[in-house]
Amino acid sequence: MESFDLELPAQAPGIAPADAALFGVVSSGNLEVLVEAGPLPDRCRFHVETTAHGFTDVWQAVLADFAAGHRVGGLSFSIHDAGATPAVVSLRLAQALQSLEAS
Amino acid sequence: MTRPRSYREATARRRVAGLLDAGTFTEWVGPGARATSPHLAALGAPVSFDDGVVVGEGRLAGERVVVIAQEGLFNGGAVGEVHGAKIRGAFERACAEPPRAVVFCIDSGGVRLHEANAGLLAISEIMRAQFAAQSAGIPVWALVGGACGAFGGMGIVARLCDAVVMSEEGRLGLSGPEVIETVKGVEEFDARDRALVWRVTGGKIRRTLGEATHLVEDDLTAFREAVAALLSSRQGPVPFTLETLQAAQAGLEGRAARDAAVRDGQVLWDRLGLDDAALMETAQFNRRLQELS
Amino acid sequence: MNAPDNARSWNQEARRRAERLSRSARWRRGKEVAAADMVSFLEAVLAPGDRVCLEGNNQKQADFLAASLAACSPQHVHDLHLVQSVLALPEHMELFEKGIARRLDFSFSGPQSHRLARLVQARAIEIGAIHTYLELFGRYFIDLTPHVCLIAAQAADAAGNLYLGPNTEDTPVIVEATAFKSGLVIAQVNERCDTLPRVDVPADWVDCFVVAPSPNHIEPLFTRDPAHITEIQVLMAMMALKGIYAEYGVERLNHGIGFDTAAIELLLPTYGEQLGLKGRVARHWALNPHPTLIPAIEAGFVERVHSFGSEVGMEAYVAARPDVFFTGPDGSLRSNRAFCQTAGLYACDLFIGSTLQMDLVGNSSTATLGRITGFGGAPNMGSDARGRRHASPPWLKAGRERSGGDICIRGQKLVVQMVETWQEPHHPTFVERLDAWQLQQDMDMALPPIMIYGDDVSHVVTEEGIANLLLCRTPEERAQAIRGVAGYTPVGRARDRRLVENLRDRGVIRRPEDLGIDVRDATRDLLAARSIKDLVRASGGLYQPPKQFRNW
Repeated sequence: MESFDLELPAQAPGIAPADAALFGVVSSGNLEVLVEAGPLPDRCRFHVETTAHGFTDVWQAVLADFAAGHRVGGLSFSIHDAGATPAVVSLRLAQALQSLEAS
Repeated sequence: MTRPRSYREATARRRVAGLLDAGTFTEWVGPGARATSPHLAALGAPVSFDDGVVVGEGRLAGERVVVIAQEGLFNGGAVGEVHGAKIRGAFERACAEPPRAVVFCIDSGGVRLHEANAGLLAISEIMRAQFAAQSAGIPVWALVGGACGAFGGMGIVARLCDAVVMSEEGRLGLSGPEVIETVKGVEEFDARDRALVWRVTGGKIRRTLGEATHLVEDDLTAFREAVAALLSSRQGPVPFTLETLQAAQAGLEGRAARDAAVRDGQVLWDRLGLDDAALMETAQFNRRLQELS
Repeated sequence: MNAPDNARSWNQEARRRAERLSRSARWRRGKEVAAADMVSFLEAVLAPGDRVCLEGNNQKQADFLAASLAACSPQHVHDLHLVQSVLALPEHMELFEKGIARRLDFSFSGPQSHRLARLVQARAIEIGAIHTYLELFGRYFIDLTPHVCLIAAQAADAAGNLYLGPNTEDTPVIVEATAFKSGLVIAQVNERCDTLPRVDVPADWVDCFVVAPSPNHIEPLFTRDPAHITEIQVLMAMMALKGIYAEYGVERLNHGIGFDTAAIELLLPTYGEQLGLKGRVARHWALNPHPTLIPAIEAGFVERVHSFGSEVGMEAYVAARPDVFFTGPDGSLRSNRAFCQTAGLYACDLFIGSTLQMDLVGNSSTATLGRITGFGGAPNMGSDARGRRHASPPWLKAGRERSGGDICIRGQKLVVQMVETWQEPHHPTFVERLDAWQLQQDMDMALPPIMIYGDDVSHVVTEEGIANLLLCRTPEERAQAIRGVAGYTPVGRARDRRLVENLRDRGVIRRPEDLGIDVRDATRDLLAARSIKDLVRASGGLYQPPKQFRNW
């Protein structure tokens, strides 16, 4: 397993869930993401644990694009990944936000 | 027209959401608690925030129920130490604050191999806690319609339940088909012959044998309606007495004497005049089965 | 001018044919040879160095004849030149390992690709060339005409007429090339019938047949379980439908066999219907009877399908939909690989398929190191037919896009590659250099095994968007257009962001949002069938899936 943390500036405030909310499932080629309120309203935080080694730079690029394109201020994302492709990562994160905004 | 939401395709969380009245679910030891498996972490294997099982309480058709839902996609729904402790805890909580029923969405191949002994212990703890709940008058109903079915220790747990609601796609058994093939050879059981696997372990044959008490479509709403019907029937747990045990034993002995040589559910269907059972729609199958009883 | 040379014999081939037949007379009763005598019969018929076509198709295999040939004594039968489209069975490779055959001309070797590569490196096999199907079939009539062909049929009658069943595949072209050039046509059949349902090969083209001990092997190669289609594939299918099928009005087409294209088939009755595409796209197909096509057929999208081969389990469904499929008077499918490949090449406006690797000029390859897989038919259909002269709206629109809207003297086929940017964590689809080049070196090949040439490719569809290569004016633009949809692969991340945004402004690159697609709408709920059982239901119970695809 490889893990890392990332904190990025956020364009707009996100809607933090009352309790931690979990989306997705840890299975081959997939991931789960736990969304919680983070400490700083103008930042978003990521913690990633992944089975795929040597992809930290790709993760950072994917997460930076995600943070730049969505309302994620004040949110904290914890990810358990079992080898999801960047496309699946982006989609799961977008779906998680959509579910939060709908609820 | 709204299309049925497949129970089989739904995650454990979606199953819980689809079964319960909207907005009524309260999760216990939710993902924010980060009760993850120390054994998986020690092995460098990925962990999950809920260790592959969702437990909590909510309302179904207005009645309070405790819900347990295993996530078949995470390690095949296998039972590890934390996973097992959450299930045991849910039953104990049920004993402390009795609900109308415990609804147990089983989707599991059995013990998590990574945590062998802890997993085995967890299964026996689950059974003990389940008996305690049933003794306290709380019925426990299994729903089996996920891709992993109910096998190994969880196959036994399913058979201890007071009702077993299955879809045709669900499977129930002790040793999984692949295990039987590996141990006994392909002549004994060809695990790649999926139609055979389902004729031996699938929902229809389990319903035929009476091990499943209900057969429903692979549709989340159909599972919910089956549970709602059980709730409205006001049934308690199946009485657990010497007489009921002896009756069950006699039934099994009769079946063993009659069917020990049967290697394929089709033989039983042929005998019952249900030779096209495998291709029938669920409603038609239920109708035909009822006509026979 | 000299007088004709009366001493010269002009019928040596016929004489050799007669010799083969007389050598083998003791094994034949009428045209029938007993299965137990097949090895001895082949040893008598064949001569060292013969060119033999052993029918190995994509799906149907002359497996009993292959096993019989492999059981021949290499003392009697050796140094054969094998010509066949697909190397699928272990027996095909045994022929070379035992020295029974020495030289090979073929098209595709999927299941045996590792073993073939090892034989080549051990110099135990001489490969003439690796072909596309149409090339190989063409050469059967020019310089690779078989002396003997060993084919598979469903049934024979006493006279030797053959019924081929729904899996006609390569048989007609093999028989045509062999029977009319004094070759011997030997067939294995599953059964002998008094009356055949229909005659596909007349008895006077057939020299002998054998009733095989077990029915010939047919692989359900084109069955894609909808349960395995991912949301990303749904997303790409939405983009292809909206950004290409609807955009060009593609009515005549061929699909690859992956889950990506299966997703398109299953989106036609749902998303396609929402877009109002019924009757406007995907009406005429060159395609095997894919089970995933059933919902689109039932919904009235698909009007006609001509097929290369059949698909196990689709027999009753096809027979019940004769307006859609090509069927014989007996009701069963009539497929034909040579004709369907020709249809795919000349009569379709779009080919869409997938690949494992693509470089920055758009060359794509399914070759990986240590395997020789060959080509099959994808290059025939995934190429712009320069010999085409009839016009159609999508062909003209694509041609105008390529020529920049000026004088347009030819149209252009739409050749679409649909790929996810990563195959798996350590295998990006987009690469600077194809593995095919290394394979060429390792295997000492004349050319790198490129499946679809970049200059034939019109569009690349990934989860990041669609790149329209027809609109690129310079090699640099083309490379940036490909980088611009290559996602987070090293190739994609090395894009020039300014140039890519410029291409997006010009519509060369179109993102899902540019097409009005919300990626979050890409769910499996859009699939008209989410399981094999759904397909059975959609077929009204006519589709009978093979047992390995059932979960009931």
